[in-house]
Amino acid sequence: MLMDLFNHWVVITLMMSGLYIVIAQGNLIKKIVGLAVFQTSVFIFYISMAKVEGGTAPILADGITQYSNPLPHVLILTAIVVGIATTALGLSLVVRIKEAYGSIEEDEIQQQDNQALSESNLEKEA
Amino acid sequence: MNITLALMLQLTIVIPLLSTFAIVVTGKYPNLRESVTIASCLILIFLVVNLYQGVLAGESISVFWWELLPGLSISFDIEPLGMLFALIASFLWLVTTCYAIGYMRSHHEKNQTRFYACFAIAIGAVMGLAFSANLFTLFIFYEVLTLSTYPLVTHAGTEKAKKGGRTYLGILLTTSIVFFLLAIVITWFVAGTLDFTPGGIFTDDVDKVLTGMLLVLFIFGIGKAAIMPFHRWLPAAMVAPTPVSSLLHAVAVVKAGVFTVLKVCVFIFGLDLLAVLPTTQFLLYLAGASVLLASIIAMRQDNLKARLAYSTISQLGYVTIGALLATSSGVIGSSMHIAMHAFGKITLFFCAGAILVTLHKSKISDMRGIGLKMPITMGAFFIASLSIIGVPPTGGTWSKWYLMMGTIETEQFVLMVILMLSSLLNIAYLLPISFHAFFPKLSRFNASASSTKSLENRLPIFDIKEAPLPSLIAIVVTTLGCLTLFVYPQPLFELASAVLTGRE
Amino acid sequence: MIAHLPILQVIIPLMAAPICLMLKRTQLVWLFSIIASGLAFAVSILLLQQVMASGVISYELGGWQAPWGIEYRIDKLNAFLLLIISGISTVVLFAAQTSLEKEIPKDKHIFFYVLYLLSLTGMLGIVATGDAFNVFVFLEISSLSAYALIGMGNKRQALWASYQYLIMGTIGATFILIGIGLMYQMTGTLNMHDLSQRLPEVEQSRTVLAAFAFVIVGVCLKLAMFPLHLWLPNAYTYAPSIVTAFFAATATKVAVYLLIRFTFSVFGFSFSFTHIPLQTIFMALGLVGIFVASTSAIYQNNVKQLFAYSSIAQIGYMIVGFSLSTVTGLTATLLHMFNHALMKGAIFLALAAVIYRVGNVELNNLRGLGRQMPLTMAAIVIGGLSLIGVPLTVGFVSKWYLLMALIEQGWWPIAVLILLGSMLAVIYVWRIVEVAYFKEPLNKNSTIKEAPMSFLIPIWVLVIANIYFGIDTRLSVGVAEAAAQSLFGVAL
Repeated sequence: MLMDLFNHWVVITLMMSGLYIVIAQGNLIKKIVGLAVFQTSVFIFYISMAKVEGGTAPILADGITQYSNPLPHVLILTAIVVGIATTALGLSLVVRIKEAYGSIEEDEIQQQDNQALSESNLEKEA
Repeated sequence: MNITLALMLQLTIVIPLLSTFAIVVTGKYPNLRESVTIASCLILIFLVVNLYQGVLAGESISVFWWELLPGLSISFDIEPLGMLFALIASFLWLVTTCYAIGYMRSHHEKNQTRFYACFAIAIGAVMGLAFSANLFTLFIFYEVLTLSTYPLVTHAGTEKAKKGGRTYLGILLTTSIVFFLLAIVITWFVAGTLDFTPGGIFTDDVDKVLTGMLLVLFIFGIGKAAIMPFHRWLPAAMVAPTPVSSLLHAVAVVKAGVFTVLKVCVFIFGLDLLAVLPTTQFLLYLAGASVLLASIIAMRQDNLKARLAYSTISQLGYVTIGALLATSSGVIGSSMHIAMHAFGKITLFFCAGAILVTLHKSKISDMRGIGLKMPITMGAFFIASLSIIGVPPTGGTWSKWYLMMGTIETEQFVLMVILMLSSLLNIAYLLPISFHAFFPKLSRFNASASSTKSLENRLPIFDIKEAPLPSLIAIVVTTLGCLTLFVYPQPLFELASAVLTGRE
Repeated sequence: MIAHLPILQVIIPLMAAPICLMLKRTQLVWLFSIIASGLAFAVSILLLQQVMASGVISYELGGWQAPWGIEYRIDKLNAFLLLIISGISTVVLFAAQTSLEKEIPKDKHIFFYVLYLLSLTGMLGIVATGDAFNVFVFLEISSLSAYALIGMGNKRQALWASYQYLIMGTIGATFILIGIGLMYQMTGTLNMHDLSQRLPEVEQSRTVLAAFAFVIVGVCLKLAMFPLHLWLPNAYTYAPSIVTAFFAATATKVAVYLLIRFTFSVFGFSFSFTHIPLQTIFMALGLVGIFVASTSAIYQNNVKQLFAYSSIAQIGYMIVGFSLSTVTGLTATLLHMFNHALMKGAIFLALAAVIYRVGNVELNNLRGLGRQMPLTMAAIVIGGLSLIGVPLTVGFVSKWYLLMALIEQGWWPIAVLILLGSMLAVIYVWRIVEVAYFKEPLNKNSTIKEAPMSFLIPIWVLVIANIYFGIDTRLSVGVAEAAAQSLFGVAL
């Protein structure tokens, strides 16, 4: 019973750990890693979904009548590209953040921003 | 004939707006700018008088402008009540402009161009409001009026003006959007139309509770009618320069409020329905309370403009009561009171402004003996007070008479007592001002001989220092208006009684 | 040519983007982007005309037949949206050149236009396509370029805002991807029209329910619907002003479109509103959103942030109209999408002009600007009045429809709440008015001049549109109503 949906369990485990990392980690790079894990879980979900019991690779050849569905694979190729772009963009943002703030820890960045805000407020009052 | 009249009707709205542009363009040359204003006033009066004659001749004049949303159009239609309101507003615009020229110049106000420009927009809005053929059009001009008078209220630009403006806008916009607009949407939904129709637009089988609630929404929503507890904006608006207070807060804005109340009562609900609604009684007492409380508060004000403002609130209550009485004499009394009170109150405000400009006094307690310096002004003040109180030989007599009749006809004796009490209070807070002005020695506040003497020293009897000439002319004109309306109320009465019978 | 309009709509900006890179000269790139965006706008007008005249246009990409190949399906709803997006984008671009001078280093200008056009491509693609997976791809095209655009802001907070948006946006998009996958699993199709016919057969299954939930949550993240709005204020505040003007007017509209498309067309009206208490949830969240966001707006000192919160509140109005799930309610939502684009476009462009002259938009620095930049400030005031919903502005039209829709259903208390919500708008708009018109300038000798023509023209085009469409409502109401009706035609 449990093993019937084996692929789903893998997907869910990966997805939740990914989301957890995004939410719980304060380190910006770790967040990006979490995001990547989260996205990958979806890729696996699509790919495993396409598997047809007893089907082979979808290559036209004699004597083979049952193929796995190739469409989700193709879709996920696109999604992987998107995922890479996102990760790359995210990481480059982290580099820029590091240059601007001197830190890649969420709480330190927040602190710096709040400080800047309260200082500008003080100036206004003065 | 009809086409030209229709054109004129549109021009009454367009001319003030055009003059706004002209005023802005000529803003650098004060003389030219003010000539433009006066010229457009004269054109406007010409138009309105022509329309009046058209109405008397029994012409039906209506204009359709634009369908804003399916079924909701901006269109105009002249009926006697709107005619009456337009006549008063256009005439008093001229007078006020005259007054304002004197006032603004001798007071060295800043931003005069903005002042005249906004003034013109406001009058355009009043014309649109007076002639609107449906509630939707009326609502649009109602809001335009609110927004265009905001810069006038905050004219001084001081912290106090800003605060006053905030209250002004806050209350007027809140009530109009939260209650008035809601009421309009519901009416549209229930009745399927918003056109002003003699006898009302609701069918007989309409739910009385629902329409009763609607009435409450309308009366609260029309914040410009200044029914308590939504009256705070009016005293707050007194930070404005006096010409603004006089025209807008004795005539245009507040009258737009009670005018709307009358319109809604007569042409949306219809008197028959109004008389049987469960909430009418409640609102009548609310208006009565407003009349009485405002009078009492007025007595305690030392600032002349504030006292006049509360007096206005109280007088507006009269008009609302007249409308809610749902009888013909009530409606006639209300319509007439719009005119009578307009003349009376504008004179009072003019006088208050004149005193401020020439003697730099705004507190009543400082005004003892000034009648000797400004005899014409204070004389006018006295006559106008009589008109507000409602005693002969002033126009206020007639409207109060009809309002009283209305209360008796409907056997609202409590209200009758309230009206009478309030008239007594009027005497108590208005007459002493002119009394002390002319007879400083008899004043009981001034009993000690020494202070009287010093006052006399400071104010030699023959040292007459009257208001600037344009202002003085304005004061005299409106005072004569108060008196004329007593002797010759016929045209006004005819218009007022035609409100119910429809076009003659 | 005419037959290929649906794809031209998307392909024009898409092709224009790389060409920008080759043009090398900023001035040239700017003109070229305007032309590209203008062409897209022209295409959208033609499309709308065609749709209104002869109904749905179906375009098969590469000639592959519909359920197998990718179909672009233009009906009244997306034709309307295409018009809004490409129109606003074109108008905003006119001011871009001048605004960028002050906000972005010279060498990055070309990249800006490339990203801008890509983002436009993405949004137009989301709206034009009839294929669920295509939606995801275009969503990511527009989002990725959006993250980069926001990161271009000249303050370091822009980077942080962009990063946060990236995280939230990616989660949202991935959720949508999961939803689409689940739908595909159940039906074996990705074509939205096809999906809408096959889903009812399997609508009892839990998988479909899960798909629905994933899609809705994902879209709501993109939509910045309360309480998933946290990314929006900072992103709008620190992005370059032109970007803010463009996104505030269009990006959230696209998300609202997706919400409507998925609930009404794909899943079908009866599924969306009967299986799940969607109506109650959305109504409540919409209302809370209006109040919370408007109240936060009142307390902001940065005017851009103030209007960003106001955007969240306005989304609340759209959600309330949507949640009514009646023709009138949906009409109100569609109208408000159109009208809000006009208001916010005008306001944020005017703010861009202020930034150009003053350097920032802290409330304190707006002192006395009513005198120094009268036309710009007048635009903000008119935009603000429109937000409040004063008659003769577009804001009134959509508010009127929303009220009608509520009263039609007999929900008076909510109508009152909506009206009270607009009073909050009065407060935050008036804070700006008072500062701009009643306070003396901070520096008496400052020589701040009126914004240059390149700002004033697009700003006033939008402001006049605000008034024009508040008076002549035939186009907006006509199309919105027709679109709403056709959606219910599909659903019922």
